Amino acid sequence: MGLELYLDLLSQPCRALYIFARSNNIPFEFKRVELMKGQHRTEEFRKVNILMKVPALKDGSFTLAESIAILLYLARKFKTPDHWYPSDLQKRARVDEYLSWQHVNIRGKGSKLFLTKVLLPLLTGQPLSPKKLEGVTEELNVVLKQFEEKFLQDKPFIAGSEVSLADLVALVELMQPVGAGYDLFEERPKLAEWRRRVEEAVGKQLFQEAHEGILNIQNLTADKIAPELLEHFKHQLLKQASQN
Amino acid sequence: MGLELYLDLLSQPCRSIYIFARSNNIPFEFKHVELFKDSVLGKKPAAGSGAEQPRAGPCIHCYKVPSLGCAVPGPSNSEGAGKVSLLKKVPALKDGDFTLAECTAILLYLSRKYNTPDHWYPSDIQKRAQVDEYLSWHHANIRANAPKTMWIKVLIPLFTGQPLPSEKLQEVMEGLSTSLKQFEERFLQDKAFIIGSEISLADLVAIVELMQPVGVGCDIFEDRPRLKEWRRRVEDAVGKELFFQAHEMILNIKELSNIQIDPQLKEHLAPVLMKMLK
Repeated sequence: MGLELYLDLLSQPCRALYIFARSNNIPFEFKRVELMKGQHRTEEFRKVNILMKVPALKDGSFTLAESIAILLYLARKFKTPDHWYPSDLQKRARVDEYLSWQHVNIRGKGSKLFLTKVLLPLLTGQPLSPKKLEGVTEELNVVLKQFEEKFLQDKPFIAGSEVSLADLVALVELMQPVGAGYDLFEERPKLAEWRRRVEEAVGKQLFQEAHEGILNIQNLTADKIAPELLEHFKHQLLKQASQN
Repeated sequence: MGLELYLDLLSQPCRSIYIFARSNNIPFEFKHVELFKDSVLGKKPAAGSGAEQPRAGPCIHCYKVPSLGCAVPGPSNSEGAGKVSLLKKVPALKDGDFTLAECTAILLYLSRKYNTPDHWYPSDIQKRAQVDEYLSWHHANIRANAPKTMWIKVLIPLFTGQPLPSEKLQEVMEGLSTSLKQFEERFLQDKAFIIGSEISLADLVAIVELMQPVGVGCDIFEDRPRLKEWRRRVEDAVGKELFFQAHEMILNIKELSNIQIDPQLKEHLAPVLMKMLK
């Protein structure tokens, strides 16, 4: 049994993994875990990841959670080209710096917007408060500014002249609010250019394929969500939305 | 000019870097940054100097995750800090022209540059992956809740004059309990340390975060014997004296009430903090 990646492409970190593995021709078995059907909460999946989250990796008897850990593991095991995680100490540190910062910033705020705009109204049946949406959008705008000023600056990519894990992880996260209807690239030409470069670096077709689901997320209706999940999700998401 | 580390030992990530560097005899200049004395609003303009005005708006990091990895740069004793990190946070590293923020990035940079013993970040790719796994999970879990205990029990009352909101504290402690349960089930299990028989960066990053609630009187080790034993092992591995020295300030946090907080800072943060209480 070879490498297995447990993924749902609606999830940003899953997309980063999927794109990275495919782009580098890493052989793996795609194990679909449909979040909306509650497949992450089955006993079977729990054996792979006791934290019941995607993405997850299974390599023989070795299991691993957390997309960053999995990306680095794959880069090392399959000896992917240096630019993904540069051996130059300072360039590598730049990648680490972004991968660390992004958790509560780009990822935190992008997810929060998606949750607030798409998931919560769907699950609770409550209409979206414009004030709330404005609030979460502003929070995202603040971190986008920091991203441009501190991490991207005037370089083609975060670590310099070549794409790295940092760019991939950043872009898949930014596609979540896009999927929710907030085209944050529209009035940010520098960011739009960077996006174009990253898509080209990984392969435009692969990138589009990976994002098909999230870009059609507005078609998701409550009846497509497993009923036993509705209550659980509602509770979880309400809690999440009030944090950060 | 050698390696400079901009640190305030009230901040958890600063402590992990301090302990790691000292434990490995990495030569560095300790640039002390005092989070509560220096204005979070940015460098105070010196009279007639034409220097930049304080930046309006709350500290981005505080606003989102109330922790002490907070904005700082100020005058006097931390001149360099503002220039060092564009995000104006501690911890920060300056190595010649190279500047770096984010605790994980700094720890990894130091471990590589100074060739620290393998166990800190093992070359075995599976063990290394286990360290990466913890360091990643840490952000949205242990680090999302542990620091809030300090905000709720000490800082919010101090800054706003409002009494301790016990319901909020209970909520935070429940969140922290859940994270601790997952920590024990997924990361520590029955092992001596997260990766097995030796300490790594993962244990260090975890322990300093968990000392924050201890410092403010929420002893999370009290009813958790397995965690308590792990803590003892981590302290032994880095050196008990060093560990206590690094934690002296946080363990005497009541002294904080006597600290002169910059009035601008107080005025600025009070509404942000009140919002945190909802």
